[in-house]
Amino acid sequence: MKKVQFKSNYSQYFFLAPQLLILLIFLYWPIIQTFKDAFTMQDAFGFGSQFAGFDNFLFIFSDPSYFTAFKFTIIYSFVITLITGSIGLLLAVQANKVMHGKSAYKTLLIWPYAIAPAVVGVMANYFFSERYGLLHHLFNNLWGFNWYENVFDAYIYVIIAGSWKQISANFIFFLAGLQAIQKTVIEASIIDCKSNIRRFWTITFPLLMPTTFFLIIINITYAFFDTFGIIDTTTIGAPGSETKTLVYKAYIDGFKGLDLGSAGAQSIMMMIIVLVITIFQFRYIEGKIHYN
Amino acid sequence: MTKYISSTINHFILSIGLLIMVVPIWIIFASSTHSSLFINTNGLQFFLGDNFIDNYSRVLFKQSGFFNEITALKMFFNSFVMATGIATLSVITSLMAAYGLVYFKVKYATFIFWLIFITLLVPLELRIMPSYIVMSKLNLVNTFAGLILPISASAIATFFFRQFYKSIPDELLEAAKLDGTNSFRFFIDFLIPLSKTMIAAVFIFMFVFGYNQYLWPLIMTTSEQYWTVVMGLKTMYGSISDRFAFVIMSMIPPVIIIIFLQKLFIQGIFQNK
Repeated sequence: MKKVQFKSNYSQYFFLAPQLLILLIFLYWPIIQTFKDAFTMQDAFGFGSQFAGFDNFLFIFSDPSYFTAFKFTIIYSFVITLITGSIGLLLAVQANKVMHGKSAYKTLLIWPYAIAPAVVGVMANYFFSERYGLLHHLFNNLWGFNWYENVFDAYIYVIIAGSWKQISANFIFFLAGLQAIQKTVIEASIIDCKSNIRRFWTITFPLLMPTTFFLIIINITYAFFDTFGIIDTTTIGAPGSETKTLVYKAYIDGFKGLDLGSAGAQSIMMMIIVLVITIFQFRYIEGKIHYN
Repeated sequence: MTKYISSTINHFILSIGLLIMVVPIWIIFASSTHSSLFINTNGLQFFLGDNFIDNYSRVLFKQSGFFNEITALKMFFNSFVMATGIATLSVITSLMAAYGLVYFKVKYATFIFWLIFITLLVPLELRIMPSYIVMSKLNLVNTFAGLILPISASAIATFFFRQFYKSIPDELLEAAKLDGTNSFRFFIDFLIPLSKTMIAAVFIFMFVFGYNQYLWPLIMTTSEQYWTVVMGLKTMYGSISDRFAFVIMSMIPPVIIIIFLQKLFIQGIFQNK
């Protein structure tokens, strides 16, 4: 907050009102509805409903397919974060070093960032289709790839589709982070330490910690929420429902299965997960990273 | 000499990166310039064919969709209305709300702050079913308002503007107050001109975000008249080369925006990381 401010004369409410109004109607109303759904049991025909306490939560915890989705979401977030983070960092370090063609590399590596996940999914669909798919043929020749039946192969499919465009996001932010490191720090470190690789891990990488940490959060959020468009255009959860993320499962149960209670309970579980990640971010990691 | 070798290695790694990022799109583009018959017999293509104009004009103007009621051109129109609406509405409401939060002594300030920022924890994907029910209660299914409003209900832009305002020196307001400037004049004459870069960056970010929406339009549009490009991709029926052409066209608007405005975009977002 500012030290110098306008005194309250009600005009601040004029500035706050539009956003608060939109949030109340289009965000808080649905959230309240979600909580209502989560603690309500509806009969199969939608005629009546009654307070159900934690029954919906007990139901999802006893449902093995919920744990399948949970397991997949965790694996998916972890692998996507690892792959896109390391490739993004590797490319950013190289792009930061080269003298010639820097902006050409930058432009060509950045633009997949703008493509919608659903569009990436549709494209991946062609590369993994049995009929046209180059990658399908390649992997099939290597180890008999078949994502319709083999869970591991389906994982590979959605991980490749999900990682591709996110490499760009990691590249952009790592490059910006590298460029923000002061030249004098790097020059001083060259005098002290001759080895390029050791210098990177002891000087440059610690200075990139804020960026790395920011990207971990961005990548996890991406894997949780934005990959909906990718799953829905690639495996749709196949072979069974092993490649359903938590968000995708909640959507299928709620919108296709019309089980509002279960979908509501699943949404609340995800809100708790997001809350935990956020608290972790502020309390634990932010305190341990040195900015500047 | 070692310098020469290491620079070669740099370029080599970058080239592999380029291959991974560019080749998939090139293959889809090259394939989109062949006839469907050719693709069906020969698979994906790496070299250009000669059906470019045929395929692309057919996709743009032909009636498609489940009931053959919509052309790709109309979908582009819908996507633009939706993305522009989302970007405009978010920029205006967030700019104002951030001003109200930073520059005023507000009663219950902490409460209002949390009321706005806790919403960052609840993305649209988490409240999709109830949002649909609320929209149908308000009679907003199959309208542009229905496509725009729930996605604009986000505090992400407010967060960016708030960070930016906090970086503006206090002396600006002190000087303006000495001159007797009231809060409305200060907002319009001082803050908005100062925030121009930030406004542009947030607008671009929200435009691309809005254009790329998939799940919400999928649920909100039971009538084909409101289909958007990104959701239409999956549902559009047509021959294989029509689909390739549509995939390529669908990515052109956001990609052009990001390429031409990348400096602005990165500056705006990175300033406030």
